[in-house]
Amino acid sequence: MTRITVGPFNRVEGDLEVRLDIADGRVARAEVTAPLYRGFEQILEGRPPLDALVIAPRICGICSVSQSVAAAAALRAAMAVDAAPNGLLATNIAHAAENAADHLTHFYVFFMPDFAREAYAAQAWHAPATERFKATHGSAAREALPARARLLEIMGVIAGKWPHSLAFQPGGTTRAIELGERIRLTSIAAAFRGFLERVVFADRLENVLALSSAHELDRWREGRGGDFAHFLRIADALALADLGKGTGRLMSFGAYHDQEGAHFRAGVLSSSAQVAPLPLGQITEDVSHAWMRDTSLDPAESSTVPDADKPGAYSWCKAPRLAGQPVEVGALARQAIDGQSLIAALVAESGSNVRNRVIARLIETARLAVAIESWVKALRLNEPFCVNARDISDGHSVGLVEAARGSLGHWLAVHHGKIERYQIIAPTSWNFSPRDADGVAGPLEQALVGTEVGDAGARAVGVQHVVRSFDPCMVCTAH
Amino acid sequence: MSDRKMKMLWLQGASCGGCTMSILESGASGWFDELRQSGIELLWHPSVSEETGAEALDILEAVRDGRERLDVLVLEGSVARGPDLTGRFNMLAGTNRSIYHWVSELAPLADYVVAVGSCAAYGGIPAAGSNPTDAVGLQFEGTDSGGALGGGFRSRRGLPAINIAGCAPHPGWIMETLLALGSGDLASGDLDGYGRPKFIANHLAHHGCSRNEFYEFKASAEAMSERGCLMEHLGCRATQAVGDCNQRSWNGGGSCTKGGYACIACTSPGFEAAQNYLETAKLAGIPVGLPTDMPKAWFVALAALSKSATPRRVRVNATSDHVVVPPTRPSGKRAP
Repeated sequence: MTRITVGPFNRVEGDLEVRLDIADGRVARAEVTAPLYRGFEQILEGRPPLDALVIAPRICGICSVSQSVAAAAALRAAMAVDAAPNGLLATNIAHAAENAADHLTHFYVFFMPDFAREAYAAQAWHAPATERFKATHGSAAREALPARARLLEIMGVIAGKWPHSLAFQPGGTTRAIELGERIRLTSIAAAFRGFLERVVFADRLENVLALSSAHELDRWREGRGGDFAHFLRIADALALADLGKGTGRLMSFGAYHDQEGAHFRAGVLSSSAQVAPLPLGQITEDVSHAWMRDTSLDPAESSTVPDADKPGAYSWCKAPRLAGQPVEVGALARQAIDGQSLIAALVAESGSNVRNRVIARLIETARLAVAIESWVKALRLNEPFCVNARDISDGHSVGLVEAARGSLGHWLAVHHGKIERYQIIAPTSWNFSPRDADGVAGPLEQALVGTEVGDAGARAVGVQHVVRSFDPCMVCTAH
Repeated sequence: MSDRKMKMLWLQGASCGGCTMSILESGASGWFDELRQSGIELLWHPSVSEETGAEALDILEAVRDGRERLDVLVLEGSVARGPDLTGRFNMLAGTNRSIYHWVSELAPLADYVVAVGSCAAYGGIPAAGSNPTDAVGLQFEGTDSGGALGGGFRSRRGLPAINIAGCAPHPGWIMETLLALGSGDLASGDLDGYGRPKFIANHLAHHGCSRNEFYEFKASAEAMSERGCLMEHLGCRATQAVGDCNQRSWNGGGSCTKGGYACIACTSPGFEAAQNYLETAKLAGIPVGLPTDMPKAWFVALAALSKSATPRRVRVNATSDHVVVPPTRPSGKRAP
């Protein structure tokens, strides 16, 4: 048994350290460390509640709107106010734009460049993969980055700027959209669809979203251009469906809420293949292996007190658990739980793995492009976008949303008009959690076990694929 | 430096990554192409470079050992010095050493040191409240000189850290500063007292605000999403905050005030120490934060005068979320 350390682990959001015990050329045990702690929960305590709208988004530059929307949702619940329907739609448009932009950034900037590594130089597909995806050099980024920037022009219309906007308020959004602006939103959405249909899928989005089995996907991609089919061919060549197997338990808080509920539904999916309701009261955070003092398992009651010298600890990340179990979150969980035909079929067939996580992100991106179009149409331009919120003096609440990388919750307690406690559980807190008091490893730690390392040691590219397939956001993880 | 490549190493400290997200919006054919076209070679960037783990460490060690030239060291994010100056709140993974340590070691080797964002410049949001991680900027702790490198630090070309303040900064601010360094056009005289490039900091965020007519007449919004000036009631500090924010387009046409919310002075050291950002602090009904270099008595007198002269159109629209009264002539006809 040898132990190797991988870090700095780049092309993730933030930094990450992974320690691997290797036996017979395979990972026998993994430990994942979040090496950055900034103390946002401590910073929020004692402040006026609405200051969360300034502070919380700055946890994360890549999912800033998600953090804003979670904070606004927690405040909205505490204030017992109903947001203006237009405000919810505008929020959904901006939030979907961020999540879609994040999926593009992950695919083109973080994940695909690994296939251009020298380790694959002997493979027949290496030359085209290098031409297209090599980090900072591949031809794909020349199209994907401008398409991302154009999509983020949605923020210029709705949110003023990105990242870090104050447009997302408990009562709605801060800017009423006029006709000319709606037309601009429509044009941006059309440009995004055009990019996806031309560059990513080489097909109409509706055709992609009609696929409902692995077999149909195989037939669809035969001879097809586009970067999605390109990935699918590499995924087959490397058997990425057998790599980085998840625990089998998936969770989603439900995403894009409007007056009719969540556009992607909430729930829990385990190996029984039946989606169960989300048992919100059974969410806990264990700190047995985190550099944190024990306060309470319940995020509604706990506080965050760092302890850098705590024996046995190895991460700044706490260990969130649902009914005592680790769960995987992200686009795969969201789409499987929502019953998206292709993702539900792939999960039923092969569970969560490197290939399916990447497919789910791109399928979700297609769904978001379609959803943005419908939400832009649904705006009622002569009606308000924001209603006045009330002051809160005392109360407990929770704001639950889905960020690109999965379930994000803000637990808020207000006392005498000040934030008494503010607890945040971010998507990668779930996925990259350390062990809990029972010694149960987090989802990534489990998914890494069995990964072939061979003679490459810390340079093993399989480890890179597994880690990046989760699209970790390490700045959110410990916050 | 014009006929050779400018070698840039980008590190992230106690950061949200938002400055990188901002710069990835830059360039008509993407940031990577823009860097190449501009003669900038990225030695390593944590979010975009191929090298990871040992390969990345090889690059950092080559710079540290003088085997690789370092023209520009960029830091994004504050330097977390805690606990007890160990820097353990922010370790560079795989190195058993803190970002505090790495930055202190690499900064003296760079021709120029650039702080991208208010965190790297002044401490920023992680330094708010009790500052749990002892987060500081490279040469400032809020408005105080000091920080991770100390107030006296000068890079090899004799400049202090160049502070591209903002949370997050406009991508143009970042690229234009880097390119001005590359062309040799940025000297210490081109920085203001807080290390900010004057081409950005000689402006106020207020300049070019689309709500300017409302400001002139002190026709103020009273609630979020209304069209009026945000200064009197809703916390806007654009008349005091530096930056050409409203002379640029953010994400294709936005800005904070265009977006309908207050400027929170994110380019100012110490902006994180404020509270109640979306509410204007007042003393005897007068905003505490008055426009930079405007005497209070003048402001009060002008405000009273302009309020009394406010056209109905401006007054009504200020507290509406849509234009209710369009521009009209005194005769009642639409403006031509």
